[in-house]
Amino acid sequence: MNETHASPREGAAAPHALPAPVLVATAAALMALTVLTVVASRIDLGAFNVVLALAIAGLKASLVALFFMHLRYENRFSSVVFVTAVFFAVLLVGLVVFDTTQYQPDLRAAQQAAQRAGPR
Amino acid sequence: MSTAQAVPAAAGESYLHHGRGVRSWLLTLDHKRIGIMYLVLVIGALFLGGVFAMVLRLHLWSPGGALVSNDAYNKLFTLHGAVMVFLFVIPGIPSALGNFVVPLQVGAKDVAFPRVNLLSFYLYLAGALLFVGALVAGGLDTGWTLYPPYSLEDARGLGILLALTGVFLAGFSSILTGVNFIATIHKMRPPRMGWFDLPLFLWALYATGIIQIIATPVLGITVALGFLERLFHLGIFLPEYGGDPVLFQHFFWFYSHPAVYIMILPAMGIVSEVVSVFSRKPIFGYRFIAMSSIAIAVIGFLVWGHHMFVSGQSRWTNVIFSFLTLLVAIPSAIKTFNWLATMYKGAIVLKTPMIYVLTFFAIFGVGGLTGLFLGALATDVPLHDTYFVVAHFHFVMVGAVVTAFLAGLHYWWPKMTGRMYDERLGRISAALVFLGFNLTFIPQFLAGVAGMPRRYATYAAAFQGMNRLSTVGAMVLALGMLIAAWSLLGSLFRGRRAPANPWGAASLEWAAASPPVHDNFESPPAVVYAYDYSGLELISEEAGWARAGGTSR
Amino acid sequence: MSAPSPGSAPAARAPFLAPHFGSMGSQLDTAKLGTWLFLASEVLFFGGLFTAYAVFRANHPDLFHYAHHFLDWRLGALNTVVLIGSSLSAAWSVRCAQLGQRRGLRAALLVTLLLAGVFMVVKYTEYSHKLHHGIGWGAAYHPTAEILESLPAALRAVPAPEHLGTFYSIYFLMTGLHGIHVLVGMGLYLWLLRRAGRGDFGPGYYVPVDMVALYWHIVDMIWIFLFPLFYLV
Repeated sequence: MNETHASPREGAAAPHALPAPVLVATAAALMALTVLTVVASRIDLGAFNVVLALAIAGLKASLVALFFMHLRYENRFSSVVFVTAVFFAVLLVGLVVFDTTQYQPDLRAAQQAAQRAGPR
Repeated sequence: MSTAQAVPAAAGESYLHHGRGVRSWLLTLDHKRIGIMYLVLVIGALFLGGVFAMVLRLHLWSPGGALVSNDAYNKLFTLHGAVMVFLFVIPGIPSALGNFVVPLQVGAKDVAFPRVNLLSFYLYLAGALLFVGALVAGGLDTGWTLYPPYSLEDARGLGILLALTGVFLAGFSSILTGVNFIATIHKMRPPRMGWFDLPLFLWALYATGIIQIIATPVLGITVALGFLERLFHLGIFLPEYGGDPVLFQHFFWFYSHPAVYIMILPAMGIVSEVVSVFSRKPIFGYRFIAMSSIAIAVIGFLVWGHHMFVSGQSRWTNVIFSFLTLLVAIPSAIKTFNWLATMYKGAIVLKTPMIYVLTFFAIFGVGGLTGLFLGALATDVPLHDTYFVVAHFHFVMVGAVVTAFLAGLHYWWPKMTGRMYDERLGRISAALVFLGFNLTFIPQFLAGVAGMPRRYATYAAAFQGMNRLSTVGAMVLALGMLIAAWSLLGSLFRGRRAPANPWGAASLEWAAASPPVHDNFESPPAVVYAYDYSGLELISEEAGWARAGGTSR
Repeated sequence: MSAPSPGSAPAARAPFLAPHFGSMGSQLDTAKLGTWLFLASEVLFFGGLFTAYAVFRANHPDLFHYAHHFLDWRLGALNTVVLIGSSLSAAWSVRCAQLGQRRGLRAALLVTLLLAGVFMVVKYTEYSHKLHHGIGWGAAYHPTAEILESLPAALRAVPAPEHLGTFYSIYFLMTGLHGIHVLVGMGLYLWLLRRAGRGDFGPGYYVPVDMVALYWHIVDMIWIFLFPLFYLV
């Protein structure tokens, strides 16, 4: 019965090895982006600094995923799994930050009121 | 499978006799044996949690408390909640029944990663032992939600640390189970079995797996943070060190609300199987039921804030979460209507699993609809932390999940053990569970609306009548469960031998022998749509059902 | 069908094919899917910590601007480069295994392991320097006068923000959890080296090399985010 269990989307018989230049180029791009992110942090852009740093980090992470982790060449479902995970992580960060920044002013006001009322 | 390889399988030898001795069980990689080991532990947890519940109910017989000290009461309801949630309801259906059934339903020899499956079992066992340790180490009185700052204050001793570690381990067990099931359902199917041929139980477990993989790690990091906060005062959750206790609640409910769907989705999967088989009719709206499972899994992530309407969450967040919460009602209702349509003009057979499923419909209907009251912002605020909430989530977690668990247990019992349970006792137990459950929790709805707060060891004298009704109901419920246990355990000794297909079901697990052989199938089963009953005929009660003209498609 | 029972392991079966799989191809596919699912849970596991970071950063930006002066961006950048290098050699090891280059495989695995070791050594110097100067997590934040002297004058002029320890809690938690993952990765690479030495891997069977490399890339990816978030604020 073993034969019946072969998956319909069988992995290719000969493994798909990434060409050496692709690997080296990916690593080189990652290094270059590392330099770029350090340089960018030296320029004061206000709140935009974080955005830029995260954008560069996101780009680097995408390179790692697409080439080092073969996502570009793989069964698309692997990408779906990974993107779903990232989506929900971003959702968690986003909604929680949204909420905490909303109630933070109330919290500060309460703390100041408590301080004015004197130590417990 | 080194141990298994050493012993050649004799033809027709069931998995129960393939390899003997304790070691052959404790080190087994066979999904069926792992499922049985889970079943034993999970039912042990149900029993333990049930004993706590009975003590609580007896204590509430009189307004001043009849049985234990207030302190002991706090510890009892905490452990009742924690044991039931983390050790019974969450792993109950997926790990115990799912482990047994999933590979059989996809026609495979085992789950995708048998070693990981065994690891997952031992993580669960370790988590359970730590809970017992927490009980021995003086218990825990924080409520199962473990909210800081109270739960992480210096005065909380070893108990909280053991419990947090236990939750962490049980959580990782759950993640690994989810990984295993999704990989199994994806990759272990025979080539001719398409996505829409799968039994809906598998769709339900697939959706459950998504939640287990995405949500449970957040619980893991939360309890790890709690553990370190308690020991080192990190300043993440504890306000006196600069932390934010509401952040804990966000983390906790990001897991624990989807966890409600980890509980209910597999239950819905069982219901989809049983209602079709015992209506002798293909399931109605297959694709809608399958897709609504996925929809519930996804929307379920967007609603956690409805637990925090009165926790200091900001106004806009409340509004958003309230709106999103009401959306979950849609896929749940889609399922319910499809089940009812399946029964319509079916030839309904009132065997025990079906009676439990009918119980599920009645109770889940009420549990789901009362959820709308709690999801809507305006009604939640007065109802929050009253017995209305207690009754609501018991309707869903006990009334729906436990009855579905019992339905599944009776449904697959012949497959697991090779014995038929006593149908008469089964029906009596199902009826008692239905009566007892409603008698326990309907009064709690009423008491909650009247304003009785939850989690207190004592209550105002005006609520005494409701509480006594509830306590009597709990006794009836417990009696029903004990009769079910008696009937099932008794069948191991006195039960008639089960045929391969006692119910006339079409999914693949019924093509295996009862109990199955070590490799599940003696010859590869013919793949059909899981609800295609054409040609299935009852040969006799003893021989069960078989397809006329062999098993070819 | 000639279904052999697993007991009578037929000679034709490949040595590393588990009994419940039909072919090496489906075994590889399944193992990869399982790895990706596990990595998805890793993303959410760190996701919780990133949330904690984002919440405290959004509400107490002063903490982050003050505290990052205690972190040396040069060491962070060095570790970034080291990890990118190790990721390259990890990807290289998969390529070697797929092509059947046994010497290359062993070399690539060894390089990955060594670079991971370098990362941990750098991490160790950073940690010990901080702890030595009383920069601990949460309530254990008691900086020595010496380290406060090293701050820029403009920063010393203003009073330090409250609850600086929370920043260091998050710092130690995130880099610490990442460090634990690096240690686990080193263990895995040691194991791979042993198996590669036995000649287990080749074009027909390279599942473990591939799975561990995927894990290692995720570890690298997390660091790619940690570096700017902590060292470059």
